[in-house]
Amino acid sequence: MDDLYREQILEHYKRPHNFGRLERYDLEFEDSNPFCGDEQHVFIRLDDDDRVAEVAFEGKGCAISTAATSMLTDELQGMSREELLKLPKNFVLDLLGIDISATRIKCALLGLKVVKGASLGQPADWEDEGERGEPTEAARSGI
Amino acid sequence: MPPPVEEIRGQFPLLAREQDGKPLAYLDNGATSQKPLAVIEALDRFWRSQNANVHRGVYRLSEEATEAYERSRLVVAARLGADRREVVFVRNATEALNLVAYSWGRANITQGDRILLTEMEHHSNIVPWYQLASERGAELDWAPVTDEGRLDLEAFGGLLERQPRVVAVAHISNVLGTINPIAEIARLAHDAGALVVVDGAQAGPKLPLDMAELGADFYALTAHKMYGPTGTGALYGRRELLEEMPPFIGGGSMIRQVRRDEITWAELPAKFEGGTPAIGEAIGYAAAVQWLDAIGLEAAHAHEAQLGAYALERVAEVPGLRVFGPPAGDDRAGIVSFVLDGVHAHDISEILDRHAVCVRAGHHCAQILMDRLGVPATARASLAVYNTRQEVDRLVDALHDVRRVFELD
Repeated sequence: MDDLYREQILEHYKRPHNFGRLERYDLEFEDSNPFCGDEQHVFIRLDDDDRVAEVAFEGKGCAISTAATSMLTDELQGMSREELLKLPKNFVLDLLGIDISATRIKCALLGLKVVKGASLGQPADWEDEGERGEPTEAARSGI
Repeated sequence: MPPPVEEIRGQFPLLAREQDGKPLAYLDNGATSQKPLAVIEALDRFWRSQNANVHRGVYRLSEEATEAYERSRLVVAARLGADRREVVFVRNATEALNLVAYSWGRANITQGDRILLTEMEHHSNIVPWYQLASERGAELDWAPVTDEGRLDLEAFGGLLERQPRVVAVAHISNVLGTINPIAEIARLAHDAGALVVVDGAQAGPKLPLDMAELGADFYALTAHKMYGPTGTGALYGRRELLEEMPPFIGGGSMIRQVRRDEITWAELPAKFEGGTPAIGEAIGYAAAVQWLDAIGLEAAHAHEAQLGAYALERVAEVPGLRVFGPPAGDDRAGIVSFVLDGVHAHDISEILDRHAVCVRAGHHCAQILMDRLGVPATARASLAVYNTRQEVDRLVDALHDVRRVFELD
């Protein structure tokens, strides 16, 4: 049994949920993964309480990025913009439920990054891409 | 006669590596090649017993290091049929191209000038020109790529009528494997009054390179894709041009005299080598050139071309697989980019890795070309002198497994 490409992920990849554009939306954001050029564009319509009423995304990407965003968009209904901004990375990683290698983590998190960008109206501050050196981390990994 | 491939492989320690009990099939040579013992030992020897800073050291150790460094320049120059003053050591092909765009470009390009690129350029032969054009109000033109993956020479000729000041072109496309007819391109460009800047990163390990024959005004090379170390490469520039150009990086070594109100520049090639260079790496670079010469460039090229033709034939057997670039032939190098319907290139690469087959996946720093091909990314197998038919067979078997995992069969 293939762990990374288990049935549920392939299913979301082949038939992503909430795929397409919204005709009416309040928030939208588009971003790409500079590592591979994959792009995602997310559209969010808010209800009268400023909570997510409807969400859709489109773009091109690998199985991991597409499945992750498909799963993520299933969970966003009813969330406020603040709640979207507070979503931790693990929220997506838990949805995927698989071990993701360092190279593929950006694939897995592209959708979350775009959702946060939509919520903010500008690129989200994304502090977990390794810009900040962690000496203890480096020492531990033996670099 | 070249040595048999098994003997060549034996000279590359890394190729003995196994992954999950399988021998590694390293097919990512377009990104970087593995290194033969001749290069590893040359580096080791330098660091162990010859290391000193070069130039101006008035003691024997430094003189020895200087001699070894300058001898390396002669080796590279000989490979290019160039004068040693025409060979500038740089970090890599990217730096070589930036040197031209910054130094020659800023001295020569003004508002309204045109710069002719091709749709198959690597970002390293696009971005420096884009920066130059933005700064100077110059215009970029793009010579198109045909559906077969060749440079459209007719359209290229048409764009030359706009009288570009410079033509920037890859010798071999890092995605399509197309070998561009540089001599012909240079002739046409020169007739139109343009200079020719060639990105030779992929051609370095594959083709004999005679600068006079090619007619290149500038030619950019990197060592690490041709069995040498990272961190070094060379820019060839025609001497008259280099003489006229202002320096690129200012600092030690590149000056003749520094006065408070006037600084004069060193002779070629020191003028373009500010700061302590990558000394050991340059020596390793020369060792790689000599190693490849000993194998025989023509033999190496013939091996890769045959293996490339075999790879093109074999991968075409995989259902739903589409290969880019010209068919096997004289203008096709052993670089095979492809997409598989229904599977993203990253997923292909990830699954191939489970079979210990290393390929690259992504836009290959060629997003203009990806747009032209209408794909976000490709997977790419790029061959070297040490690759074998068995490795190509393993690639094909692994591709069938990709189809199985994605339930396409």
